Amino acid sequence: MSGADDEPLRVEKLNVYYGQFRAVHDIDLTVAAGEIVSVIGANGAGKTSFLKAIMQQADRAEGSIHAFGLNLRTMSTPQIVAAGVALVPEGRRLFPSLTVAENLRIGWEIGRRGSITLDRIYSWFPVLAERRDQPARRLSGGQQQMVALGRALLANPRLLLCDEISLGLAPVVVGQLYDILPKIRAEGISMIVIEQDVVRSLAVADRFYCFLEGAVSLVGRPQDANRDVIMRHYFGG
Amino acid sequence: MTIDMLNQAIQGALIGGLYALFAVGLSLSLGVIRFINIAHGDLIVLASFLLMSLSGLLGLSPFVVALFMLPLAFAAGYWLQRLLLQRVVGESVLPVILVTFGLSIMIQNGLLQAYGPDTHKLHGGQIEVASVHMFGLFDIGFFPLAVFFTAIVVIAALDILLYRTSIGARIRAVADDPAAADLIGLSSGRMYAIAMGVVGMTVMLAASCMSVWTNFDPAIGPSRLLTAFEAVVLGGLGSLWGTLVGGMVLGIAQNLGAQMDASWQILAQHLIFLLVLVLRPRGLFPKA
Repeated sequence: MSGADDEPLRVEKLNVYYGQFRAVHDIDLTVAAGEIVSVIGANGAGKTSFLKAIMQQADRAEGSIHAFGLNLRTMSTPQIVAAGVALVPEGRRLFPSLTVAENLRIGWEIGRRGSITLDRIYSWFPVLAERRDQPARRLSGGQQQMVALGRALLANPRLLLCDEISLGLAPVVVGQLYDILPKIRAEGISMIVIEQDVVRSLAVADRFYCFLEGAVSLVGRPQDANRDVIMRHYFGG
Repeated sequence: MTIDMLNQAIQGALIGGLYALFAVGLSLSLGVIRFINIAHGDLIVLASFLLMSLSGLLGLSPFVVALFMLPLAFAAGYWLQRLLLQRVVGESVLPVILVTFGLSIMIQNGLLQAYGPDTHKLHGGQIEVASVHMFGLFDIGFFPLAVFFTAIVVIAALDILLYRTSIGARIRAVADDPAAADLIGLSSGRMYAIAMGVVGMTVMLAASCMSVWTNFDPAIGPSRLLTAFEAVVLGGLGSLWGTLVGGMVLGIAQNLGAQMDASWQILAQHLIFLLVLVLRPRGLFPKA
C-alpha cells in the first residue's frame, strides 16, 4: 500500500535508529487531506526522530513513508520540500545573522510556488514586517518562532510538520501562534503538530497519536479521549 | 618620513592588492565553509602553470586566457568540493587539513613531473612596463595599479554576491547553521560547492596576476599560502575588505623592512603580523 495521490502522509512500520539505539519502533501513522494530527508524548518518546525520518534527515530508518503518493524514502530533503512537505524544526533553527526578510525568503526560494507570499506572512504576523531588516538573533523567542513558522509556510507546503512550536514560550505568545493554525488549515494545508503541551495540542487536533518510548501507545479523537487514559499512555505504567 | 619611504609604502600597499587576490578565496572558504584549505597556494600555482601552457599554445595574453577560463575554474572548484572536500567537511578540522595537505603534495609533485623544477614568469605585454607619474614625485607602475584595482573589483563583487543576492543569503544561511539548512531542505553540500566554485574563480584571477608579477615554480605554493593566511587573519576572519587591508599592511611592512635592510623584507612582514595578533587577536576588522 503506497498511499493515494491526495493522501498527505502514510507511514508504515517505521523504525529509526541512532547507532544501536532504536528511537522509533514500528510506527504506523496516517494524515488525511485537510487534517490536523497531533503527536503527543514525553521527552524522548521519539517524536522529533519521527519527523526527521519523514524529512530524510534521520541517521538510519527502515519502513515506508509516502506523501501524496510519492515514496519519500527515495528522495532528498530538498526534493521533499519541493514536493510540498515542510518542517518547522524543534528549537526554531533560524539563521541568526540573516535578517527576518532573508530568513523568510529562503523558505520561498526552496519551496513550491503557491498562494502564501511574503506579504501574507507579514499580514499574519505584523510584528515581523516591522522588524524585517533586523538580524533574526535580535528577535524574542516568540518572534523567532513566527519567522520559523513563516519560513516553512512560504515553501507553500501541502503538509506542514511543526515540532514543539510552544517550547519555551510564554502562554500568551503560544496562543498567538496557535491562532494562526486555523488560517493555515484554511489554505488546504494538512498538519502534524508535535507537542508536550497536551491540552493546547488536543484543542486544535482532529486526531491524535500518543508516543511512548518510541512506539504508538494510543490513537484517537480528542473528543472521545478520557484525560486519565491519555495520561496513562503518555507516561506509561 | 622621506619621499623615498613614502614611495616604498605606496608600492607596498599596491602589492597588498596582489596578496588580497590570493587571500580572498581563502577568506571565503574560512568564513563560509569554515575550513582551512592547505592547498590554496598550490591551486594558485597550478592555475598559473595552466595559464602558461594555454597562453603559449593560443598565443594570447594570460589575462585574456584567465577570463575565458573563469567558468572552468568555477566548475573545478564546485566539483573539488562535491567529490572530495565534502566528504571530510563538518566532522572535525583535522580531516580537512589532512586531505588538503595531501592535495597540496599531489599538486606540487604533479607539477614537478609535468613542468620540471624551473622557475617561470609570464609576460603581460606593454602593461608591465607602463607607469603613471604621480604628484610629480614618483612613478607608479601601471600593472600594480591594475592589480590593486582588480582586487577592489573582485572584493566588491563578492560583497554584492554575498550580501545583495538571494544565492548569497543562502550561502550565509549555510555558514550560520549547516545542520538547520539541511533540516529545512536547503542543501548545505550544494551551497558549499557553489561557494568553492567562486573560490575557484578568485584562484584563477589571482594566478593570472601573480604569474605576471613574480616568478613561480612548482614548490612556491606553501609560501603563497602563508602570506594569504596572514592577510586573512590580520584583516579578521570572514571580513573580505579586512583581507584587502591585511594584504596592504603586509605589503607595506615588507617594503619598509627592505628599506632598512634587504634581509628584513620577509621578517618585517611576519613581525607586523605577530604584533597585530598580540594587540588585536581577532584581527583588524573582526566580524561580530
